[in-house]
Amino acid sequence: MTATSSAGTSPAPATTADPVSPVKARRLPRRSPWGHPWFLEGFIWLYLLWSLAPIAIAVLFSVNNGRSQSAWQGFSWRWYFTDHTNSVLHNPQLHAAVSQTVRLSVLTTLIAVPLGVAFALGLNRWRGGLPATFNFVMLLSYVIPELIFGVSMFFVFTTLFTSVHLGTLAEVLGLVTWNVSWPAIIVAARLATLGRQYEEAAADLGANQFQVIRRVLLPLLAPAIFASAVLVFSGVIDDFVIVDLLSSSAGNTPMSVIIYTTQHGGNGGPALNALGSIMLAMSLVIVILGYVGYRLLSRGERGGLDALTAIAGEG
Amino acid sequence: MTAKKATAPRFWIALAVPGMIWLLVLFIVPVYAVLAIAMGKLDQMLEAPVAVWSPLDWSSSNVIDVWRDIFGSASFAGPILARTIAYTAIAALVCLLIGYPCAYFVARFAGRRKGLFLVLLIAPFWISYMMRMLAWIDLLATGGYVNKALGWLGIGPVNWLGGHSVTVVFGLVYGYIPYLIMVLFAGLDRIDGSLLEAGRDLGLGRVRTFIHVTLPLSRQPILTGLLITVLPMLGDYYTNQMLSGAAHTSMIGNLIQGQLGTPGLEGQGAVLSLLLLLVLLIPMVYYVIATNREAASR
Repeated sequence: MTATSSAGTSPAPATTADPVSPVKARRLPRRSPWGHPWFLEGFIWLYLLWSLAPIAIAVLFSVNNGRSQSAWQGFSWRWYFTDHTNSVLHNPQLHAAVSQTVRLSVLTTLIAVPLGVAFALGLNRWRGGLPATFNFVMLLSYVIPELIFGVSMFFVFTTLFTSVHLGTLAEVLGLVTWNVSWPAIIVAARLATLGRQYEEAAADLGANQFQVIRRVLLPLLAPAIFASAVLVFSGVIDDFVIVDLLSSSAGNTPMSVIIYTTQHGGNGGPALNALGSIMLAMSLVIVILGYVGYRLLSRGERGGLDALTAIAGEG
Repeated sequence: MTAKKATAPRFWIALAVPGMIWLLVLFIVPVYAVLAIAMGKLDQMLEAPVAVWSPLDWSSSNVIDVWRDIFGSASFAGPILARTIAYTAIAALVCLLIGYPCAYFVARFAGRRKGLFLVLLIAPFWISYMMRMLAWIDLLATGGYVNKALGWLGIGPVNWLGGHSVTVVFGLVYGYIPYLIMVLFAGLDRIDGSLLEAGRDLGLGRVRTFIHVTLPLSRQPILTGLLITVLPMLGDYYTNQMLSGAAHTSMIGNLIQGQLGTPGLEGQGAVLSLLLLLVLLIPMVYYVIATNREAASR
């Protein structure tokens, strides 16, 4: 998607009107003939400051040795584990929220990714009205506003499938449906760029369908599958609407909902900042693992920017 | 070869079927359930909604109730809808005004720092939405840094979280602008640099090249980007609830979410959800088609 040179270090200039040698062109990437737009550069740095500084401040005050959100009182881990009643470790509600988020992320990823990958593989070969309709339904599930989706899940579990009570099972079923489009879309896109030649070669050499999938397709699709797993996992950590509507008690309420329910009105306290920082750290670990893993799986065939956009769902 | 082709589809069908059944049971049926409840009745004893699955037995009582709420003499939903449209429109416009220059800069002028800017622009995607709202609640609180800074300028403390339209729109912009920027960046990055060079060679200055070349070429990314910010804003109840919580700033999302937990009103919540879905169906389908076309043209 993004044009990167084969070395993956510097973006190659799209085209240069000036007759410059390739060496010089590489040294001056995308040189604007009008000089550098300092106003725009200042503007984007201001935007980034506005976008990210509040988060940094919130993380900073999660290690503040006091209740204040605006006066620094020294460094302390008290809101994470030292405080015996209010820390994330010792407050049963906050503690349960962390494990519920991890549980939901793992379960959803384990179900949604195989389901979506198989769906994409199947629809890639199966032509006709029925598969085309379901492909469209899958895309609709991708763009439908989350509130409407959450409402429909809430109603179906409270009036039709009443044996699925609101709680962990309902949350997982909802989250899998909401996230299954990620692997389906990403794998379908990868299949489209791969074409058929590899499988046909394998089939000509005598491989059967299972062997084609296991020995040829899955290795080729590994980066795409991995990227979609990263997206699903981090998406579930950050998910709010579905789990808010489908959770029923403190035992099955994940972190995002805890932050929402305790914070509005502004009486959360620094333990919530600690909880939010834990969420942030979890996402960060997933993203770094995702970035490194994606680059390893695609064997450097794609540049760093590609890996980055792939695990952000923009690739 | 022919024998192989005859057996092949069955194998691929078997792969697709689990996903299709899942979508049927847990996506198509639930959406139909909203319709069945919207067109259903109310159990007077339990004050619980009764889903009516057969279209032949549908009742219009919920629809009539919602119609009265919106257009009736004692309308309370009408102002909420108008407010939703106003907030969303202003927030989307502000997103575009801030987001376009950022995306434009990274796509055209970032050079080898493109990776750095992309990481910083994508970072909010990986930070929980609630964490981002929490951060602003700390800053906007009565004793927070924003009021401290204002006090330093001699402006008295403002109760930003006490139900202000400005705060809600601000929160919506802050929440959804990263999505717009990424869509715009992807679109602007694909503009062929030689077109801009051509503009310059034909004697256009920086501003006129932008107006006559870049801007017309960014119409599609702008449309998609606005769509990707407007769709979630219309279903947003949490930003509003966290940063204001007041009835006089509530949007359609708050209305639906409130009715969901209220006995006797759940049927009306279902009607409102369907109404929202109906309004958004055209942009949703447009988005699916536009992204498909874009993927095909790559």
